[in-house]
Amino acid sequence: MTNLLRRVFSFYIDGFRNMTVGKRLWIIIFIKLFIMFAIFKVFFFHDFLKTRFHNDHQRSEYVLEQLTKTPNHKN
Amino acid sequence: MEILNTALVDWSRAQFALTAMFHWLFVPLTLGTSFIIAIMETIYVKTGKDIWKRITKFWMTLFAINFAIGVATGIILEFEFGTNWSNYSWFVGDIFGAPLAVEGIMAFFMEATFFAVMFFGWNKVSKKFHLISTWMVAIGSNLSALWILVANAWMQNPVGMQFNPVTARNEMVNFWEVLFSPTAINKFLHTVTSSYVLSAIFVLGVSAWFLLKKRNIALAKRSMVVSSTFGLVMIIVTIFNGDESAREVYRTQPMKFASLEGLYYGAKAAPLITFGIFDTHRPTMENQEPKVFTNKFEVPKLLSLMATLNPNSYIPGINDYIKGNEHYGIVSYFDRIKMGKKAIGALKEYQQERGKNDSIANTALTTFHKNYKYFGYGYFNDPYNLIPNVPLVFYSFHTMVGLGFWFLILFIFGLTYALKDKIQTKRWFLYAALWTIPLAWLASEAGWIVNEMGRQPWVIQDLMPTTTAISNINTTSVMITFFLFAVTFTILLIAEIRIMLNQIKQLKDGGN
Repeated sequence: MTNLLRRVFSFYIDGFRNMTVGKRLWIIIFIKLFIMFAIFKVFFFHDFLKTRFHNDHQRSEYVLEQLTKTPNHKN
Repeated sequence: MEILNTALVDWSRAQFALTAMFHWLFVPLTLGTSFIIAIMETIYVKTGKDIWKRITKFWMTLFAINFAIGVATGIILEFEFGTNWSNYSWFVGDIFGAPLAVEGIMAFFMEATFFAVMFFGWNKVSKKFHLISTWMVAIGSNLSALWILVANAWMQNPVGMQFNPVTARNEMVNFWEVLFSPTAINKFLHTVTSSYVLSAIFVLGVSAWFLLKKRNIALAKRSMVVSSTFGLVMIIVTIFNGDESAREVYRTQPMKFASLEGLYYGAKAAPLITFGIFDTHRPTMENQEPKVFTNKFEVPKLLSLMATLNPNSYIPGINDYIKGNEHYGIVSYFDRIKMGKKAIGALKEYQQERGKNDSIANTALTTFHKNYKYFGYGYFNDPYNLIPNVPLVFYSFHTMVGLGFWFLILFIFGLTYALKDKIQTKRWFLYAALWTIPLAWLASEAGWIVNEMGRQPWVIQDLMPTTTAISNINTTSVMITFFLFAVTFTILLIAEIRIMLNQIKQLKDGGN
């Protein structure tokens, strides 16, 4: 079992070491994921209902209130 | 529903459209190229010829570049659901959760295991195991798309669920009905097969460039045989399942169907307009029968045949849906709005009386369920606001279909020339194949515009309009993120194109 895990580990390590264009691609992937999760998600994309309400009951109440307000927009 | 800033709705829609369309630049190439690579590697394993290994590895590198740049661009859409579209996200309940969870788990395991073997496993695992891994990547990528498309199909045709008036969420009551709804099946088949066509055009076009430059002749010629054959089969399948999709749209989203043909007024033995230019000065529908097109070319009876398989049948137009048509059993949008308002009022009354007066609450609930089918219409006062942007839908649809037939012609020529070994001498064809590459993306994106703009104003057909789905957030923040995405995705796209072009240009002439 340990031997198998070691072989799988070295399979991945060798693969990453021998990459050519792949290295540049991994850099792009990491930069992209950083921008998405550490900047976009943290600073701009808070979950509207999760951050404003403590539990699902409150969230349901809020959405029901939104859904049943008298339609008075210009539609 | 309170008055929401129109700018907020428009910017949120624009942001979603931007991110979805950028995401879709990468996805179809992944879906199709994965199969083309698998076919090429199968030929290598069967024949044992090294040229096929070289061909497989070359296209695999381009596949990897596209995959790496495109991976996780779809996650942004999930961010937007929670932030910009919170009412919608809550309302859809577990309908989206289940398919997306399956997609996430499947994608992770497929990519972490078989993807690694596909790229790192040359000379380390047996030929057969490597080939199986390549096929598993292709199948896995396409199955991932299945779950997303099932979720999208549910928005177009919400089935297999029940709305819970206490939690305000739709609950899945029949997973199989959601998975195997005709809308989901048609959507999946049409989307993936058209993506295979796009990938085949990409391979054909890049190979054509090699032949124009007189480089990598053996690789290019063989790639063209595979891509032309694969593309020809897939464009024929796409045309047939597109035809079936149109019938499905006619059954479940008839307003979208009327819009994609610019059919304002219903007709018996309705013609199909193959080419048309809208009259920009046409009067509004409320006033009089407008002149819809300034110029058009139509095929008699074809629209009736396409929609119902009966060339003499009546096809309702937009006006029939707005004003109703008793003879054909069409409930007018005026009446649907009344029923929708009843449903909204009953839901409100149920909330107020629940636990206080059960009798009134139960009566309200019965009224709600009776009218729930038209719930979303209750948010409108003017039925004419329930018409999508007809010219945009019409032009997008005709662009997609017209290009689809061009692709068919291209593949027929490609395969004929390739099999006769004359392809290298047909420079007009090589240029045509090269310049068709961007047209493949244009057709694919046009298809999504038809799909998403055609169903407006609905985010969930007949149940929830876009204006109700939105979160009450700051418009400026949506505008800022719109431009941030535009910049980020543009950089990613430029990076992809540059890295790909470098790989293509750097490929050294190899053996035969």
